[in-house]
Formats: sequence, structure tokens, C-alpha cells
Amino acid sequence: MNPPVASLRALSLRYGSTVALADVDLDLPAGCMVGLIGPDGVGKSSLLALIAGARAVQDGELRVLGGDMRNARHRGEIGPRIAYMPQGLGKNLYPTLSVYENVDFFGRLFGHDAAERDRRIRELLAATGLLRFSERPAGKLSGGMKQKLGLCCALIHDPELLILDEPTTGVDPLSRRQFWELIGHIRASRPGMSVLVATAYMEEAARFDWLVAMDAGRVLATGTPAELLARTGAASLEAAFIALLPEDKRRGHKPVEKGERVVGDGELAIEAEGLTKRFGDFTAVDRVDLRIERGEIFGFLGSNGCGKTTTMKMLTGLLPATEGRARLFGQEIDPHDLDTRRRVGYMSQSFSLYSELTVRQNLELHARLFRLPEETIPGRVAEMARRFGLTEVMDTLPAALPLGQRQRLSLAVAMIHGPEMLILDEPTSGVDPVARDEFWRALIELSRRDRVTIFISTHFMNEAERCDRISLMHAGRVLVSGTPEELKRRRGVDSLEDAFIAYLEEAVDAEPTAAAAAVPSAVPAHAERRRRFDPRRMYSYARREALELARDPIRATLALLGSLILMLVMGYGISMDVEDLTFAVLDRDQTGLSRDYVLGIAGSRYFVERPPILDYEDLDRRMRSGELSLALEIPPGFARDLARGDAVAIGAWIDGAMPMRAETVRGYVQGMHAHWLADLAARRGYDVSSSVNIETRFRYNPDVKSLVAMVPAVIPLLLMLIPAMLTALSVVREKELGSIVNFYVTPVTRLEFLLGKQLPYIALAMLNFLLLFVLAVGLFRVPMTGSLLTLTVGALLYVMASTATGLLFSTFTRSQIAAIFATAILTMLPAAQFSGMINPVSSLEGSGRLIGEIYPTTHFLTIARGTFSKGLDFADLSQSFLPLALATPVLLALAAALLRKQER
Amino acid sequence: MRLANVFHLGVKELRSLWRDPMMLALMVYAFTVSVYVSATAMPESLNRAPIAIVDEDRSQLSARIADAFQPPYFLPPRFISLQEMDARMDAGLDTFALVIPPGFERDVLAGKSVALQLNVDATRMSQAFTGSGYVQSIINAEVQEFLTRKRGQSATPVALELRNRFNQTLDQGWFGAIIRVISNVTMLSIILTGAALIREREHGTIEHLLVMPVTPFEIMAAKVWSMGLVVFIAAAFALVAVVEGLLRVPISGSVALFLAGAALHLFACTALGILLGTVARSMPQFGLLLILVLLPLEMLSGGTTPRESMPQIVQTVMLAAPNTHYIAMAQAILFRGAGFDVVWPQFLALALIGSTLFGLSLAQFRKSMASAG
Repeated sequence: MNPPVASLRALSLRYGSTVALADVDLDLPAGCMVGLIGPDGVGKSSLLALIAGARAVQDGELRVLGGDMRNARHRGEIGPRIAYMPQGLGKNLYPTLSVYENVDFFGRLFGHDAAERDRRIRELLAATGLLRFSERPAGKLSGGMKQKLGLCCALIHDPELLILDEPTTGVDPLSRRQFWELIGHIRASRPGMSVLVATAYMEEAARFDWLVAMDAGRVLATGTPAELLARTGAASLEAAFIALLPEDKRRGHKPVEKGERVVGDGELAIEAEGLTKRFGDFTAVDRVDLRIERGEIFGFLGSNGCGKTTTMKMLTGLLPATEGRARLFGQEIDPHDLDTRRRVGYMSQSFSLYSELTVRQNLELHARLFRLPEETIPGRVAEMARRFGLTEVMDTLPAALPLGQRQRLSLAVAMIHGPEMLILDEPTSGVDPVARDEFWRALIELSRRDRVTIFISTHFMNEAERCDRISLMHAGRVLVSGTPEELKRRRGVDSLEDAFIAYLEEAVDAEPTAAAAAVPSAVPAHAERRRRFDPRRMYSYARREALELARDPIRATLALLGSLILMLVMGYGISMDVEDLTFAVLDRDQTGLSRDYVLGIAGSRYFVERPPILDYEDLDRRMRSGELSLALEIPPGFARDLARGDAVAIGAWIDGAMPMRAETVRGYVQGMHAHWLADLAARRGYDVSSSVNIETRFRYNPDVKSLVAMVPAVIPLLLMLIPAMLTALSVVREKELGSIVNFYVTPVTRLEFLLGKQLPYIALAMLNFLLLFVLAVGLFRVPMTGSLLTLTVGALLYVMASTATGLLFSTFTRSQIAAIFATAILTMLPAAQFSGMINPVSSLEGSGRLIGEIYPTTHFLTIARGTFSKGLDFADLSQSFLPLALATPVLLALAAALLRKQER
Repeated sequence: MRLANVFHLGVKELRSLWRDPMMLALMVYAFTVSVYVSATAMPESLNRAPIAIVDEDRSQLSARIADAFQPPYFLPPRFISLQEMDARMDAGLDTFALVIPPGFERDVLAGKSVALQLNVDATRMSQAFTGSGYVQSIINAEVQEFLTRKRGQSATPVALELRNRFNQTLDQGWFGAIIRVISNVTMLSIILTGAALIREREHGTIEHLLVMPVTPFEIMAAKVWSMGLVVFIAAAFALVAVVEGLLRVPISGSVALFLAGAALHLFACTALGILLGTVARSMPQFGLLLILVLLPLEMLSGGTTPRESMPQIVQTVMLAAPNTHYIAMAQAILFRGAGFDVVWPQFLALALIGSTLFGLSLAQFRKSMASAG
């Protein structure tokens, strides 16, 4: 026998306190199809991610393709020999990119040249029947097609080890069958390839070469399917798996009894006629008719995206129907009718539990929202807990519960108000067989004993068998309805799956599975020398990011248009020339001279006079309300004393609540006072003014226009905020949506990834800069006195730094919301307050000063003002260019150091 | 509408937030460190202004003038040559450069007219404008005093006694601290409600709520009161512990009245957050929208530069922003000690803006729920 493709020794993995893998010892044989079976959350995905190198080894030893996976060098070497398709439909695909572009992206990562890449892509797409859809965005493919595309992406580089994590979950039976046929052909043409698959469908696993049955992070048994069946003496793999489970899990499990339905009076619980829903020109649900009787269990089957969920949402009143009518309990559905809602329980596809609330809090919240009388709530909650086996976990958070229990909690929540109808959208996907059977027993009891109508959608054929009647749905249409037996009989087949496939084949002109014979033959693996930095891989990421950006015009438009709007707003809005300040006078002199003094102030464009002040109380009140920025008091006998040459003083009160305005007022008043005195002296011949004349020259902005000073400062501010936000989100988004896994398992290095992500945003930011510049010079008429080239080079260095700042933020945030908050708080304050926009950095104090000294905005601000207003060029601004040029390498090095190449 | 639903849903929001340690940490940062740093970093309008002197006179008088430029208003002057001056100003090293010509003292004593040249870097905005006034009055005072002693000449016949009310030393830190509290209140309340709404939509819990006997109004009202309450408590803490306690900013008015205004402001901002959350289709779009809304709110509401300096149209448009009224009210209450009789127009405006935003976002929320796929 060949050496094992992967061998595990005492391998353990934990997430916080949850154990995902416990001391696993395992040798996976090479050159065959190995299946991992078991429900969700038993460690299958973790195991595959470890083998693929997407997740870091914590404890124990793991050797894959002959080397230690803890060794980064080995991981780098074998990366190109492994292909990994993570769980979830199209999880590692880019939904806005076309089919061709998706495969092309992966091809570029592995460094094929253009001709070779194109040949391979065409061959693979032809083999999977995707060639005619090569221009369609991946997000618009059906579930089965997405998985085939994922397979193309995985096969583009001829891997020796193909790792597929639940590739067929959520895919209709026909596509599922085609998928496995495709894998069969590929294996036939590449006999040496090992395939490692995780699956929850036991029927599929029966066809694999070798199986690993897993539960709760441990391996239950290994062997060929025949061996497992023989060992347990079970007839089916599902039964064998249950038999392999430890005693305490198996206890109490017995086959589900369907039980006889009490045939009712034919009273209809759900009735739909010609129900249709269109989103734009896409018809999601097309003329669906349904008649479901009270107490019936009605199953709804079909692939993901065929319209099941949409139909259910229309029945619950969540979505208004485009056409057609639907009645619940004989009444037209009215989204505003809160009473009907109380008769229905709904469980949506995603577990719609509040993960931050404990089990008890979840139940209580729903009981209250359904307005159960407060005194009955504790009793009802306890009853639900007992009925659904939750009594022991009442104070646990749902996230800490196994999937099966969470499922029962969802059902308990949906049942808390004792509804007459349950609408359940794929409630059992990913739940282990034992828990699924328990769940079904509960459903059957509800239907048979309490006559609750149950409308349920599912992927599992054995569940469909348990329904009273089922409907097959495809592409928005109901293909057929009837009892499971009826459907089988009509097609003359033994299993419901075969019946379903037959109906599906009738509905779609069968996709060309025959073409699969033309799977490209294995090309000798490239003896590609591994390089530390490969511009082609970086370019591949850059190209993909640019394509995605181009496909999301709203984002780019918001970024460009938004910055223009902000520039307009702030360019016009921020100003230091304070005018129209309010003032009033308490004139106790009331002479010509005192009025002359007041006139000198009132006549200026800076001040607007308000009605005279009556007394001190009036003065106090009006200043307190903010009506007056300045109050003057001219003492009695002002003119007389002045004429006598006695000391006279005019009192001035300035509103200091806003210090900046107060300073300006102060300056104005002093100036006007001096001016009035000089004027008076000239008129009366006093010698009051000194003979010193100060000529003030406002440099760089001789007219002292705020616009000229502000506009060059707004450009740096905007070029920090927006590019940083965009790059930070571009990385964190991949983390949240899952496509980051491509970075983990392909040979891309951290620097290639970061630079590749950064490049398109640098380009976008430069475009932004250009627009802002045109706006500044064209609309605001800010004179450009210095070197445009210098400004442009400065802008380029600066946007490199600001996008790198965003990348740095992205390394320590996990969710998009945290990234938004962190970027807002960490760019807005330093860029607006500490970078010299209003106050020069040299006059700041404390930590603000320190931040200002190193923040890139400070330096570009100097360059922008220097080139716009001061007529400077490179030579004059070298002091600012140096730190700016240093910023990007430092920030990128930090980001690269903090970025993880594996999930931990 | 049922108040009980609003209450229970709100409690749920509070529990969610309590379990998000990162968000709590950021909030603590926003209302303590962030406020403290901004308050202590903000200089006086004229603080440590860099000044250079080209002293070609080297007389007693020119030395006196140079000595008069003292911290905190000015950095100790640097003596430079005429040749250095342009380069230094170009590089932004000095905001002011004063040229004292040869024979200055002699000419002053001789009663001749003498001209000093003051170069100001006008791109330095606030420093340039307020600072040049200071420089002039300092020089004038020094010359006057010099002459008075030398010739016994009398001083200016009419004195101008300037007093700053409500903030005698024009300490920018007072204002900076309050403004930081206010802008963090605004930012947080918008992010908390808006992003929470998008998160509920992404996780599918929102439609779960909508199949229950709960109306969109109740969902919104619950978010408004719960998130508002959190930010309210944080703001009250920041005001009492950080602004009054740590930074020792004297607050002359009624804190209770200010907090009542804060509650109204929060009402408006949380409603605005929900509006943005319904308009944005994804988090990146929400992030960009946030910048687009927050920046003008921060820069144009009178917190950064005086409202009087803005063009009429901007002043008018910004009357629709809750911040404008809230900042005006905060100044009146906290610094000028104004009572409700003075600030009721701001209360009224905030209530109006809040109700309008709430109504708009409710309509938008209902619409977006109806079309959700």
C-alpha cells in the first residue's frame, strides 16, 4: 500500500473551551476516495481545514504529503499540490465575478501563462457543462452549478490531493448525481489523485472507497462501507452510524413511526392560488398552487434557490405576493393582521435565535412578544423545556449548544405560543441522524396529537418519506404534488430520490453529463520554482479586487461622489473669517462721542448691532442665551473725562463659551479700538499712537481667504478617511464572508495578498485625488502656485499610506462593524484634529502632538499647502516627503506581521 | 403599539450589546481616553505659536520686544537671518517672522516713523489670524512702555478693558472636551442603531421578528430607547467623571438640564442611524454613508469653527442637523449657565428634528422590510 496521504497523531483542536478534535489518530490512504461521515459540528470541517493547511495545528502531529504541517516551509511547498473546497455553496467563489473570471483568478494564482490558462479553463468548463455560462456572474448560478464551478477552481492546478467539504449539501438530487459522476470521471483520468470528502448524506458515502465515521471530535470507526455495515450488522449506513454512536447518545433512539393521520373534515389550513413573486425581471416563484389540510405534514422539496423559502415567506406575510392569492385558515393574508401571526409559528432557515440571549431568555422574550399572560409564562417556558429536552441547558447561550439542541430550541421558540400551524424552512440541515429523528418524533406528535399543520422544507429524502404529502419544486415552479408513495408509483421507481431525479430531468433538458468524458488529462506538474514574491500572484489578487470594485458601482460611486460632496460642503463651510458677530451696547454716556465709538464698531462688516442693553441684568440674560457675542459698556461721563484727559475705560465682555470665536472677537475689538483712537487723535491732534508702524504681510494667501487655506487641507483629510475605510472593509469582508480561505490555502504570500488588495484602491484614490484637484482649481479657484508634479507624487505616496492604514486596521478587526468603528475613530480624530488642519502640529500638546508628528496626514498637509499656496517643489518639501515615503513600508510591514496566513 | 413589546425588545438589545466586549471596549475608549486626549491636546487659540525674529537692530528695544514673546502664547523666538526667513516659512517652521530694521530704536526715540515687517503664514488659519493681532499689541505695548520710561510720555487715553465671560482664560480644553463628548455621542448612537439593524438583517433575525405580532414601530422604538439609554449613561459618565472630575472643567449650568437635552439629541441620532441602516444595502455602503454624514455633522455644526463664519446657506441647511442645536444648547447650559427659559428653542428644534427623522426612518424601514428578499 502507498504511504498514507495524511497521517494524524494525537491531533487536537479547540475553539476557546469547545473541543473540536480530541486526540485523533488516523492514517488516510492515498489514491482513493476517502469519506468523512457524521453530522455537523463533530469536527469534520476542522479536520479538513487542518489537512488543507487553512487552520493552524494546535496540538499533536499532522503530516500531509510526506511533511510536517507545522512547518511553514513545507506548507508553502505542498500548497500547489492540494486543492481545497470549503463548506458552503460557493463559499470561496466571488459572486460578482463571472464563471470564467473566477477560474481565471485561481489559474493566475498558480502561475500558468495565458495560453495554458485559457486552454485549461475551457477544458474544465466544457467538462462540467459550464462553458455556455462562462460570462454569468457566479452569484447567479444555481447551487449545483456553483459547486461544479468550485470544483473547476480546485482542479485548475492539477492537485494531488482534492479536499471537498460537504460539496453537495443544499444541492438538488440531480445535480448531486451529476457532481459525483464528474468526480468519477476525473478520478478515472487521474488515477493517482487522492480525494477527501466530508458529507452528511449517508447514501453518497456508501459509494466511497474508505470511510471515517466521526462524532464529537473523535473517530468512531474506519473502514470500507462494507466493513462498517458488516461490523454493525446494519442494513443501511445511516443505521450503521447510529449503531456506532456511544451508548448514551443512542439510548432512547428508535425508528420514527409515521403514525396515522387523523383524517379531518377537509378544513384547509393553507390555500394558495397562482402565487407568484418577481424580483425585478427574475421570477422567483411562478404560479404556485397549494392546498394543505389542517393537521397535515406537508413537505416541500427542491434545490437551494428554487423558490421554497420565498414561497414560505409569502405565506407568512413576510413578503407581499406579486400575483395570486394565499389564505391561511380561510383568511386572506394581511401583513398587518397581528392576530393571524399569533396562530402561526415560523422557523427560518438560518437559526433565528438571539445568540446573545440564554435559552431561557430566548423563550421568555418570545412568550412576551406573543403576549402570553405574564403569570402563565414561567409554566409555559418550563413545559416547552421539558417537551423539547432543554431543561438542563436553560441558562446556556445557544452558541454553546450542539446543533441538535439548538434546533429543538428553535422549534420550542416557534411553538411557545401554541400555534395551530408551523412553517419550518429546512429545519434539519446539518443535524445528526439521531437528533433529526427526535425532532421528527416531536413534529409527528404535534401533528397527530395536537392537529398542528406542519409545512416543512427539506433536502433529505428519508424525511420527505415521513410527510403526508410532498411537492417537488424547481426553478420557481411546483413540478408535482402527492403522497410519497404516489410519486414513486407514478414514475415506476423504488426510491423517492429516483422519482425526484426523473421529474427534474423532465423539467430541465438534461445537462450534458456525457461531455464529462472529456476531462482534461493530467498535465505533468510544473517544476515551478517557488518564489518569495511573485508579481503575477499579486496581480491576480489586484485584478480580482478591481473587477469586484467595478461590479459594485455603488461603492465606487459613493466613494468618489461622496468625497466631492464633502469637499464642497467643507470648502464652503469651514472658514475663519468670522463675520456678522452680534453685539450690543450699554451706553451710560449717551453723548455724540460715545455714539461715534459704537458706530465705528457697528459700521464694520464684522459686527451686527442689536438693540441697546438696558442694564446689567439685561446684559447678563442676553449673553447667557448666546444672543450676544460681545457686550460693551461705555461709562457715564466718558466724553467729559476724555476731554479732561482723565483715565477712561470702556468695558467689553466677550462670550468665551467658544474660545476660537472669542479670540477672533477680541482681535477685532482691539483693532477697532486702536483705529478709533488713532482716528480721534488725528481729528483732535492728540499724540496717542506710537510712531511704530507694523506692516503685516499675509504670505501665501494675501487676501486672507479661508477657502485658499482650507481646500488644500480638506484633500488630505478626505484621502485618508475614504481609502482607509474601503481597504479595511475589503479585507474584513473576505473574513466575514469566507473567501479569505483562498488566501489560506493557495501559495499567495502575505505581502502579495496585501499589495494585491491595495493596488486597486490606490488607483481609485488617485482618481479621487484628481477629481478633488479639479474641483479645487476649477470651482473653488484656489490658485495652484507650486509644482503639480510634486503634489501628485505626494498624493500617490499619501494614498499608499492611507490604504496601508486601512489594511493595518483590517488585521485586528474581525467583523465589518468593528472595522467601521475602528476606522472612523482612528482616522477621523487624528486627521481632523491632530494633523495641523486647524492648529499647527507644533502648537499641540501631549499625546495629540505625538500622534500628529507621525500621522501621514500631517506631512501630506504640508505638501498640499506648500504646493498649492507657497509655490514649492520637491527640493523645498523634502522634509515632508521622507516620513511620507517611510509610512507605507512601515504600515505594510506591520500589517503583514499581524496578518495570519492560517486560521487559528 | 404595545409598550411591553418595546420594553422587552429593548432589553434584548441591551443584552446583545453586553455580550459584545469589543464594542464595549471601544465605547469606554470613546468616552474616556478619547475625550481626555482631545481636551488636553487642544491648544489655546494661540498656543505655542512658532515665531522667528530677524533682528537687524540688536538694540535694547529690539531685545525687549523679543523677550515679550513668551509661552504659552508663543514659543521662544528664534533669531534668524533674513536669508533663512523664506526657506523657514516655506517649510512651515515658523508661523510668524518679524523683521526689525537697523536703527529701529534710534528712530523710535527720535520720533521718526518706523516700519516693522511682520510676515504671517496665512495657511495657518487660526494662528495666523488671531496671532497677528497679538503680535501687534505686544509690540505696541513694549514700544509704549519703552517710550514712557525714556520720555515720560503718557499712555493711551482710553483703555479697553476686555473680559471673557464664561471661560475667562479661553481654555480650549473645556470646549474641546465637551465637543468630543458630543461628537462621540453622535457617532456612537448612529453606529449602534444602524449597524445593529444591518446585522439583524444579515443574521435573519429581523424577519423572524416580523412574523411575530410585533410592528416595525415597536422594533424601532425598542432600538431607539435601548441604544439611546446606553449612550446616555456613557455620556453622563463622561461629563461627570471625565470632564468635571478629571479635567476639572467648571460647569456652571445644570447638568440635569443638559442631560435632558442629550436625551432628545439621542432620539434624533438613533433615528438617523436607523435611517442610514435601511438605506445602506451592505456594511461597506453603511461605512461610506457614515463618513458622508458624520463629517459634515462634525465640521459644520459649530463645534469646530464658529457658525457665524459659514455662508448663510450652510448655516440654514445645518439648522436641520441635530448637532447644531445640541452644541448651541450645550454651550448655553454648561458654560453660560442658561436655564430652560433660555434654551427652550433648542429643545423644541431637537424634538422636531427627532420626530421627523423617526417618521422618515419608520417609513423607510417599513418599505425596506416589504421588499426584503
